[in-house]
Amino acid sequence: MCLAVPGEILRIEGATPLEKMAQVKFGVIEKSICLAFLPQAKVGDYVLVHAGIAISIVQQDEAQRIFTYLDEIGESNP
Amino acid sequence: MKFVDEFRDAQAVRKYTEAIHNLITQSWTIMEICGGQTHSIVRFGILDLLPSCINLVHGPGCPVCVTPLETIDKALAIAAKPNVIFCSFGDMLRVPGSYSDLQSIRAAGGDVRIVYSPLDCLSIAEKNPEREVVFFAIGFETTAPGNAMLVKRAEQLGLRNLFVLVSHVLVPPAIGAILSSPQNKVQAFLAAGHVCTIMGMQEYDDLAKKYQVPIVVTGFEPLDILQGLYMCIKQLEQGSAHAENQYTRSVLEQGNHPAQQIIAEVFQVLPRKWRGIGEIPQSGWGVREKYQAFDAEYHFRLEAIQVNEPSQCISGQVLRGLKKPYECAAFGAQCTPDHPLGATMVSSEGACTAYYKYRRE
Amino acid sequence: MSDTIFEDMTCPLPITTHPKVLMAHGGGGRLMNQLIDAMFRTLFTEVQPHDGAVLEFPQNKLVMTTDSFVIRPLFFPGGDIGMMAVNGTVNDLAMCGAKPLYLSVAFILEEGLEMATLWRVIQSMRQAADAVGVQIVTGDTKVVERGHGDGIYINTTGIGVLQCKQAINPSQVQLSDVVLISGDIGRHGMAVLMQRENLAFSSQIESDCAALTEPVMALLEAGIEVHCLRDATRGGLAAVLNEVAIASGFQIDCIESSIPIDSAVQSICELLGFDPLHIANEGRFVCFVAAKDALRALEILLRYDQCAAQIGTVTNGRPGLVSLQTAFGGGRILDMPSGELLPRIC
Repeated sequence: MCLAVPGEILRIEGATPLEKMAQVKFGVIEKSICLAFLPQAKVGDYVLVHAGIAISIVQQDEAQRIFTYLDEIGESNP
Repeated sequence: MKFVDEFRDAQAVRKYTEAIHNLITQSWTIMEICGGQTHSIVRFGILDLLPSCINLVHGPGCPVCVTPLETIDKALAIAAKPNVIFCSFGDMLRVPGSYSDLQSIRAAGGDVRIVYSPLDCLSIAEKNPEREVVFFAIGFETTAPGNAMLVKRAEQLGLRNLFVLVSHVLVPPAIGAILSSPQNKVQAFLAAGHVCTIMGMQEYDDLAKKYQVPIVVTGFEPLDILQGLYMCIKQLEQGSAHAENQYTRSVLEQGNHPAQQIIAEVFQVLPRKWRGIGEIPQSGWGVREKYQAFDAEYHFRLEAIQVNEPSQCISGQVLRGLKKPYECAAFGAQCTPDHPLGATMVSSEGACTAYYKYRRE
Repeated sequence: MSDTIFEDMTCPLPITTHPKVLMAHGGGGRLMNQLIDAMFRTLFTEVQPHDGAVLEFPQNKLVMTTDSFVIRPLFFPGGDIGMMAVNGTVNDLAMCGAKPLYLSVAFILEEGLEMATLWRVIQSMRQAADAVGVQIVTGDTKVVERGHGDGIYINTTGIGVLQCKQAINPSQVQLSDVVLISGDIGRHGMAVLMQRENLAFSSQIESDCAALTEPVMALLEAGIEVHCLRDATRGGLAAVLNEVAIASGFQIDCIESSIPIDSAVQSICELLGFDPLHIANEGRFVCFVAAKDALRALEILLRYDQCAAQIGTVTNGRPGLVSLQTAFGGGRILDMPSGELLPRIC
């Protein structure tokens, strides 16, 4: 379940927290997305979007872990 | 696309599969809970890359598959009403009820509309004040915040013509039900990264401890699944049993609090029937009495429905990992994606569909 | 596609008198004749005045095809039903190796259709016909009651002249044939779906609706040994490959990473959960050519579209099977799409 796609926040608007929306760029296309569940998100952040709702901010340093973990495995099993 | 393409890197995929081959010393049965994981595994041909002693089982993590037959029939009854605009995710359109499906209702003249987001229903309701707009709110925990938001925004906008037909299901009770079954063969789980993005890790820590099984929460790209499998097998080989987070770029230990808050405000925990499995206590969410005015079940006062599930369908056993799709007598014969008999052949994530389309074994 | 043709010519039927199609416009009497004269004959100038058209043909073999167009919405980014009605039939002729000569056109109009809409469609058909050099020589009009049609349905039947000695069809496909695609896939279906379902994305995807006669004729004139041509319409690339695999009795092996897909199409497919290989195209074709001519054929296709590519080969595996090699060397079966294209959240 739960197809969620990462996109970059270009603009944020909305008078109240409940109405907070972001213009998010996915590859070459843009869409307006609900940002109400990520009060700390800012322009330039990447967010994961599911069914028009942003559910998390992509932790960019953690994104590298998948590759550093691989290096660690490689070192212990030459 | 950034944060997508990197996790499909062929060289890294090769290295992870080599590492798994080097690590594993015996057969293990691992269940991947989520339909999105199934889809990815099949789409990227990951099964071909894994050692044959890994028995990867597809679990009940497909909300389309497990939505109870009664709920589908209620949806069809509502969608057929002349004044209703029935909005749904595309996934639900071909799901067969006892006698029909949403696609057929649409063909017969019902106003059935596909929406990308639950919030799209707000403008539909605003533009059609004299019609009753109903959203089919199915899904696991990932989709619940959006559905709850729909209700809150409808309340805020003073909309009186917007309703939700809710059939949310929860993952941890399903894992509990699978592990409590005396016929269970599953030794470890790959849990759903987007569900945990909302709910956090706590429930999985508890499950791992209670049932002494490794549970690794993973993302959905090939590298996520392979790293998750590696971490899972490592635990199994070492005899450890705890919950681990592979998907750290999205899942925080505490999950998403604002999302959890809105869910708690709008929904309450209920027992839910899972198609093919049966009722699991405390395994679903329904609308709280406070928001009754938006509850489609309350508004339309639907009668109890007699349902009719074909007897040859073994999707319950497939969903629990007890049987593989090709072990079903109807598989590929009376039951195909074009005319599915049950839950797991209906959705594009269903285990039976995945096997039919991509492997045909 | 520019809109200047529509600005130059205003709708000939006085809007104040008959702004919409009436049942009487299909009744065979004065109103119908007015519709035909004012709307159709103004632009379809080759239409002959009798019940049928008497035509001149050269000595070669003739090819005939027919197709009906029921698309909704009628207008979408990059095209409309009129353009499709001409190009679709012209392309079916091209897939047989034929140059188009004549088209017939039959309209089924829904009562209540705006005349201005009909006029736009007629203009579009004229433009498409001129672009490929085909004449619309005869036609028919019917009107159905409100609620019994989607505005306009169009049938076009085309006749063309065969331009090659060899037969071109799936039974001509041979072992080791190379599979080429004429351009990037997935545009038309996505353009239509986004318009129809009101999916608001910033990037406008345009349909690839176009006539394929020129690149096909270029292949034939260059002496390329073409065994089979198929345009990848409904069901997309997946449907075409499966149909040819089944009809030819061979296996087709493709490499996923070689299939050209525009990045906007890719992004939207990721977002909505579609498979680009299942999406309809209206200006793309697949060709099966003898291996010895593959490189030359690709060079020719690249002159018309820089996204043309070699995507696979015909092999001796399981008859009727289409296999796709993924980026990791693993494989999957590319199955025939089941029917309606639906977005998913799961």
